[in-house]
Amino acid sequence: MTQATDTSKLFENQPWLDPDAEPFVKIRALTKTFGSFTAVSSVDLDIYEGELFSLLGGSGCGKTTLLRMLAGFEEPSSGTISIDGVDMANIPPYQRPVNMMFQSYALFPHMTVEQNVGYGLKQDRVEKNEIAERVAEILAIVELTPFNKRKPHQLSGGQRQRVALARSLVKKPKVLLLDEPLAALDKRLREQTQFELMNIQHQLGVTFIVVTHDQEEAMTLSTRIAVMDQGQFSQIGTPTDIYEYPQTRFVANFIGSANMFEGRVVENGDNHVIVRSSHGDLSFYIDHSFEIRENIGVSIALRPEKITLSREVPETIDEYNTVKGIVDDIGYLGNFSIYRILLENDKIIAVTHPNQSRPRDARHLAEWDDEVLLSWAPSSPILLTK
Amino acid sequence: MLCLGFAFLYIPMFLLIFYSFNASRFVPVWGGFSIKWYITLFQSEEVWNAVILSLEIAIMNATFATLLGAMAGIAMARIRRFRGRVLFSGMISAPLVMPEVITGLSLLLLFITMSELIGWPTRGITTITIAHITFSLAYVAVIVQSRLVGIDESLEEAAQDLGARPYRVLIDITVPLIAPALVAGWLLAFTLSLDDLVIASFVSGPGSNTLPMLIYSRVKLGLKPDVNALATIIILIVTIGVIIAGWILSRQEKQRLLDQQMADSEKYDFSESIR
Repeated sequence: MTQATDTSKLFENQPWLDPDAEPFVKIRALTKTFGSFTAVSSVDLDIYEGELFSLLGGSGCGKTTLLRMLAGFEEPSSGTISIDGVDMANIPPYQRPVNMMFQSYALFPHMTVEQNVGYGLKQDRVEKNEIAERVAEILAIVELTPFNKRKPHQLSGGQRQRVALARSLVKKPKVLLLDEPLAALDKRLREQTQFELMNIQHQLGVTFIVVTHDQEEAMTLSTRIAVMDQGQFSQIGTPTDIYEYPQTRFVANFIGSANMFEGRVVENGDNHVIVRSSHGDLSFYIDHSFEIRENIGVSIALRPEKITLSREVPETIDEYNTVKGIVDDIGYLGNFSIYRILLENDKIIAVTHPNQSRPRDARHLAEWDDEVLLSWAPSSPILLTK
Repeated sequence: MLCLGFAFLYIPMFLLIFYSFNASRFVPVWGGFSIKWYITLFQSEEVWNAVILSLEIAIMNATFATLLGAMAGIAMARIRRFRGRVLFSGMISAPLVMPEVITGLSLLLLFITMSELIGWPTRGITTITIAHITFSLAYVAVIVQSRLVGIDESLEEAAQDLGARPYRVLIDITVPLIAPALVAGWLLAFTLSLDDLVIASFVSGPGSNTLPMLIYSRVKLGLKPDVNALATIIILIVTIGVIIAGWILSRQEKQRLLDQQMADSEKYDFSESIR
């Protein structure tokens, strides 16, 4: 099997940046309330043809409700959804050009693999020979041909997942909705299936909308991610955008981990901003400008892997982007280590460092209670106002 | 303690079986082994008529009760909101708790009023069947509902998503999934009907005696060994039925476990194949 291609490369033209591009799925002011609870709160979203789009958020953030509205299982309280230019209001689930892969897979227990996969085609009154042909074709793609006569309970978890995928793809939907497609698989299988899913998507060119709570899954799979919180989008962007340029504290914390500092803008220049932390002697020099007033309270997020750790601590340290601390704890994870550094003001910063060489004496870069110097590039701190 | 419990449950039945082979006309007096009461039984037209009537009623009742009860059960489990839902689910289970005497009496009043007004139904097999359906369908509805609650609703959604209209979903997915509940409901309704004495006595007409009614009326005239023989045959049939049902269930369970083990042992074949 070929290695998966990086999906972001397929989208070098990035249709979402082109104001004239016509979105394939268009969601406008979509709201869903259950009694007094608002599950989805007036969201707008454009998804372009061939995208692998992820809705990412914690449980109860409204991502599944949004997906179910796309499939037609929930009726929007207000707002509109259109797919390929057709308004989906009043179109029942069985007439929508979308198919869904359910989290529980929802395989029909009384039908064989073949019958499960062929069920959708049978509903469309496709000719028997053609059904058999198309079922065989899709089963070959998901490598399940030898299992076509089995019932779902005679399959393992990974095989069931692929039957569900085949069943939802065989009708060649315009959009495939996937509800936590990999959640029920164990870790090893999940990682491999991620690439498998991307390959299949690439092969068939179907637009995928994936709901997931797993940020790693979203990062690997997606062309773009919408981070959802309390029924609204916190940020929509490419995995790189979301990770490197989070726009809110929620996104910075939800995607990956970040050291957060509260501070105040002390200087706002043409090409730089200086933020002074309220935790004592720590200043951030950021090498790009923001439209922000001076003396305003902001947060700074700093990714653990963007901090350099050094055991050589000079007498006087730089004014900006450096701080002294003491190693409080070390977590060895094999491929990298996490150092928890205690600053003078009792704040703890996490720093990750890849273990690039095999230490002969099994020692770490720094040991417990060592005094260390932390520093980072002026491009690294993320300034957040929301 | 266990033996005591079993004795409490089964000694009466063993006594009954024992005395059914009694040659004496007087039930409590042992007069030697004989099967003559069985022969008398098979020669009695009255008994045969009662048996046939009971079976007819039981089969019709079970079939209609299953049909109506399944509809009620599906409505309660799958339609989240409709007007009068609370009232409906309360009313449907009322016959479960209503004393039979009251059900019987009220149905009798209804049938009398109806036959005076529209000349239908005449009391007999029709009225007994209708009466039995009214209370049996409540049991079926409860069985079907509880089975459906345990079934993942996304199965039906998946069928819809694949293009099946609601009635196709019902026929292709829902009915096969609740089939065990339908069979159980049918059998329960069948048994309830075969078993019922009180309601049948209220609503039956002249000449239509069900088996329980016949047994009861004979026992009222004094214990007779041929009734024991009849009861022994019923016990035999029930025992065979239970054994067969148990055997089928355990075989299915074993097969399922075996399949599961086979599937799990192949768990990593996919991860092998993509490398």
